[in-house]
Amino acid sequence: MKKLKKVFNIRVLRGIISIVIFVGLWQLVVFVKVPYLKNLPYPKEVALDGISAAGTKIYWLNWEISLIRIFIGFIAAQLIGIPLGLAMGVSRKFKDFTFPVFEILRPIPPIAWIPIAILFWPTRELSIYFLVFIGAFSIIVINVLQGVSNISVSLKWAASSLGARPKDIFWRIMIPGSLPSIVTGMTVGMGVTWNVLIAAEMIAGQNGLGRMTWEAYTNYNIPLIVVGMVSIGVAGYLCSSLIRWLGERAMPWKKRF
Amino acid sequence: MARNGQNGQGAISIRNVTKIYDPEGVHVVAMQDCSFEIAAGEFAVIVGPSGCGKTTLLNAIAGFDNITAGEIYLDGELISSPQKQIKPNVDRMVVFQNGALFPWKTVMENIIYGPIVQGRMKKSEAIQIAREMLNQVGLNEIESKYPEELSSGVQRRVEILRAMINEPRVVMLDEPFRGLDAVAKTVMHEFLMNIYCTRPRTMFFITHDLDEAIFLGNKVVIMTTRPAQVKKIVCVNMPWPREHHILGSETYLGLKKEVLEAVHEEAKKAFEAGEREMA
Repeated sequence: MKKLKKVFNIRVLRGIISIVIFVGLWQLVVFVKVPYLKNLPYPKEVALDGISAAGTKIYWLNWEISLIRIFIGFIAAQLIGIPLGLAMGVSRKFKDFTFPVFEILRPIPPIAWIPIAILFWPTRELSIYFLVFIGAFSIIVINVLQGVSNISVSLKWAASSLGARPKDIFWRIMIPGSLPSIVTGMTVGMGVTWNVLIAAEMIAGQNGLGRMTWEAYTNYNIPLIVVGMVSIGVAGYLCSSLIRWLGERAMPWKKRF
Repeated sequence: MARNGQNGQGAISIRNVTKIYDPEGVHVVAMQDCSFEIAAGEFAVIVGPSGCGKTTLLNAIAGFDNITAGEIYLDGELISSPQKQIKPNVDRMVVFQNGALFPWKTVMENIIYGPIVQGRMKKSEAIQIAREMLNQVGLNEIESKYPEELSSGVQRRVEILRAMINEPRVVMLDEPFRGLDAVAKTVMHEFLMNIYCTRPRTMFFITHDLDEAIFLGNKVVIMTTRPAQVKKIVCVNMPWPREHHILGSETYLGLKKEVLEAVHEEAKKAFEAGEREMA
């Protein structure tokens, strides 16, 4: 009972209420036939299509494929982006050499990389991993760089007065000090990677949630389009929640972020 | 009368120190030919107009910044000159103006950080000493809290304890009680006095609060407006430990008048200089 109370606290209840209101408004919009939205299916139709899709293997396979693509591209972006951001933040010389190139590439929208990614990589799968990587990469680099730059000089001075050597300052001050920015970068980056993934799957993919939604469009199956959209939304929410959960565990000193 | 420092250590000698920021460009002279002495175990309080170079001097002693001319000695050893700059070290601990507790470490982890990172103590030993220190000052219940969960006053006390556990020769405090209300300040003064009496060290304390300066110090060093030089040194010969009722005593009022006159003159100069810069 206590556990149940913990799960269904007031904040969860507010969330549920907001979803109920949203579905109610959707029902109303379709019912009163709001101009331009008359083709929108009723929530019930979408729910029934969703249930029937959830009973098929292909639907869950699309989930699995999209999630694998997200995690491979996203993790690769973190593995390369976090050390790069840290190196730029710690060494002015390194930043002078790398930052201009990074700043020229950064404004290019990830979707603009699609043609070159398809031409450059030997398989379409690798192209999609690459595009997901691009989506998260610049965000994490810029956040880590910002995080390192924002660490107060007093903290570094305090550590060196206390006897910390440069490597202690890096591992014990720079890393934990930039952790909040790393988590923010990961959370924002996760949202962007889903945008990029869906676009890439629609254009270059043969499967995945993006492709499933696109195929529903080509078949003019509007309820399935909405099922695809809701699935993408839920998948993105679950991934962001995972990042937040990891962030809370990595930063016990932050009550909320 | 200064208390004996740790084994009579912690004497600071500041000799003809000049500091120029950006000598090739803007050329801001922060200190010029500044000299004074602080005896081992003395509680020296530095006062002066804002931006006069007090923190610049602290940074030079602590090893955070170099000087353009002159020399600074600690117990006869040269620690700063244009040719030589000894890096920050545990013998010169700093308590910063805006606080510098590590937010990701608990109170206990913050306090024992120094001895552990220096490899001077085992973790269990450091924890035991830190607990004793926290107990002595009635902060035994906060050891597992994070700095963000504490009030600024308590954060400052923890920061002072973190400095003291390293048994430094000099403790430098840069306006540590700035922003605290008058009631919190009196608690902080008692805390610091208690620490100073039980673990005597040379104190280099920067403040704008003249009551605080006279109440805590055995020597009040009044700096001129920028470029900083010593305008006047006022010796506070009142017995330790001090209690707040001395703030109404004749000796105290006399000292305050003396300090206030010197500070006011400099404040006026700083204000006029500011007006000129604005014009």
